[in-house]
Amino acid sequence: MAYSEKVLDHYENPRNVGSFDKGDESVGTGMVGAPACGDVMKLQIKVGKDGVIEDARFKTYGCGSAIASSSLVTEWVKGKKLDEAASIRNTQIAAELSLPPVKIHCSILAEDAIKAAVEDYKKKHVKEEKAEAIPETTRA
Amino acid sequence: MKRPLTLPIYLDNSATTPVDPRVAQKMIPFLTEHFGNPASRSHAFGWKAEEAVEQAREQVAALVRCDAKELVWTSGATESINLALKGAAEFYKTKGKHLITVRTEHKATLDTMRELERRGFEATYLEVGADGLLDLNQLESALRKDTILVSVMFVNNEIGVIQDIPAIGELCRKRGILFHVDAAQATGKCDLDLQALKVDLMSFSAHKTYGPKGVGALYVRRKPRVRLEAQMHGGGHERGFRSGTLASHQIVGMGEAFRLAKLEMAVERERVRAMRDQLLAGMNQMEEVFVNGDLERRVPHNLNLSFNFVEGESLIMAVKDIAVSSGSACTSASLEPSYVLRALGRSDELAHSSIRFTLGRFTTQAEVDYTVDHLRTKVAKLRDLSPLWEMHKEGIDLSTVQWAAH
Repeated sequence: MAYSEKVLDHYENPRNVGSFDKGDESVGTGMVGAPACGDVMKLQIKVGKDGVIEDARFKTYGCGSAIASSSLVTEWVKGKKLDEAASIRNTQIAAELSLPPVKIHCSILAEDAIKAAVEDYKKKHVKEEKAEAIPETTRA
Repeated sequence: MKRPLTLPIYLDNSATTPVDPRVAQKMIPFLTEHFGNPASRSHAFGWKAEEAVEQAREQVAALVRCDAKELVWTSGATESINLALKGAAEFYKTKGKHLITVRTEHKATLDTMRELERRGFEATYLEVGADGLLDLNQLESALRKDTILVSVMFVNNEIGVIQDIPAIGELCRKRGILFHVDAAQATGKCDLDLQALKVDLMSFSAHKTYGPKGVGALYVRRKPRVRLEAQMHGGGHERGFRSGTLASHQIVGMGEAFRLAKLEMAVERERVRAMRDQLLAGMNQMEEVFVNGDLERRVPHNLNLSFNFVEGESLIMAVKDIAVSSGSACTSASLEPSYVLRALGRSDELAHSSIRFTLGRFTTQAEVDYTVDHLRTKVAKLRDLSPLWEMHKEGIDLSTVQWAAH
């Protein structure tokens, strides 16, 4: 299969490979896919107090297009607000990397990974607010 | 075989082999000088071509120990298999309509069986064990009164395991059931003795044994006589089994290739085995590397490995200096992993993580050494990228994780 130059570039020199501490309050983690389907993506975002994504990391088990899609989105989400990041569409990823039709699922997975990471971060902070709220009510 | 290392390295000899230069030399005069039609009986051009075709038939017969008259030229193993299965099923359909084969056969057999099912035959697809081998008791219990044909491959194309053809032959002959063997991957690798084997039909290909593409042969036993319904009609060539002008230059190439295989097989096999063992030892220095299929009952040319936690297509992309094939069909439109590895009961992850290395006559020591180093570097790089490897290192059992299938 012929890969586009951009896929090859991300595959040869993947950006932002690695992991953040899952337990860190400022980190949102999204893991999507399944080994049985041949691809699993883990995407992590580090969010500042202003709600802007400061940094991102990924690890991907999958074909070259899956690796390139996740590498690309780690670059794209940086500097974006949570909702802006969550609105990145798979069609943008597929267009940027010139993915062939059989590889569109890789871009869908990358979109899902961002949404999952944002969701995870938001969940953590809902809990945090509740956790802070409980001691106050018990005091009263 | 001291040659400088040139990239890429070819380790896909089960897909096809290069034509041996000695074979190519023999073929060339039959394109330009001795171009006659072997069926032309009225002049020297035809006689010369016919003589060469019959000499090649003797050469093929010598390798597999049959009578030259029992061989029919075809365009390759796929056509041989089609002619054997459809030809026998159609001829013997009044005797019964049940056919048996194995789930790990080549698509040439499986798709032909599917076609015969559409024509009203019934087919049983036998399972194999985790080692890739057929259990004879299972075969025996699948045999029915109306079973007319069993088809089993000699050497598996993906994992290289050797089925117990002598025993299967005994089982079938006792019951008067025809036995077809796909030997495309066996010639030049295994000793084939059709005097001893109770095989009725056997399919061969030239291009897996250093001959040209586009030519093969079908062995059709004369004693006891096996009859077939022709699938290709025309001038009545090949005793009516397969019409069409014989591709004399290709046939000469197959003859010479099989002659060389007979001469050199024993020495070549041990040389390849030594290199395969080094390749495996080198790979085994990595963690979580598994051999697919039985390692003992296997041709030494094949090493099919799963590199756990690394996806096959990305690995093939990473090792672009080495021409190999992947058990992950992700390269095609489907996301299904290899049906052969699935039949062994391999998990989807391991099936998706497999690479087939197939060594051959022209593989060198330097190529094997390079391959080991290259794979170790690339597997380490991809594992650093793999969330599954990270989880494995954290001690998480991946089989207990709930994955969201997509």
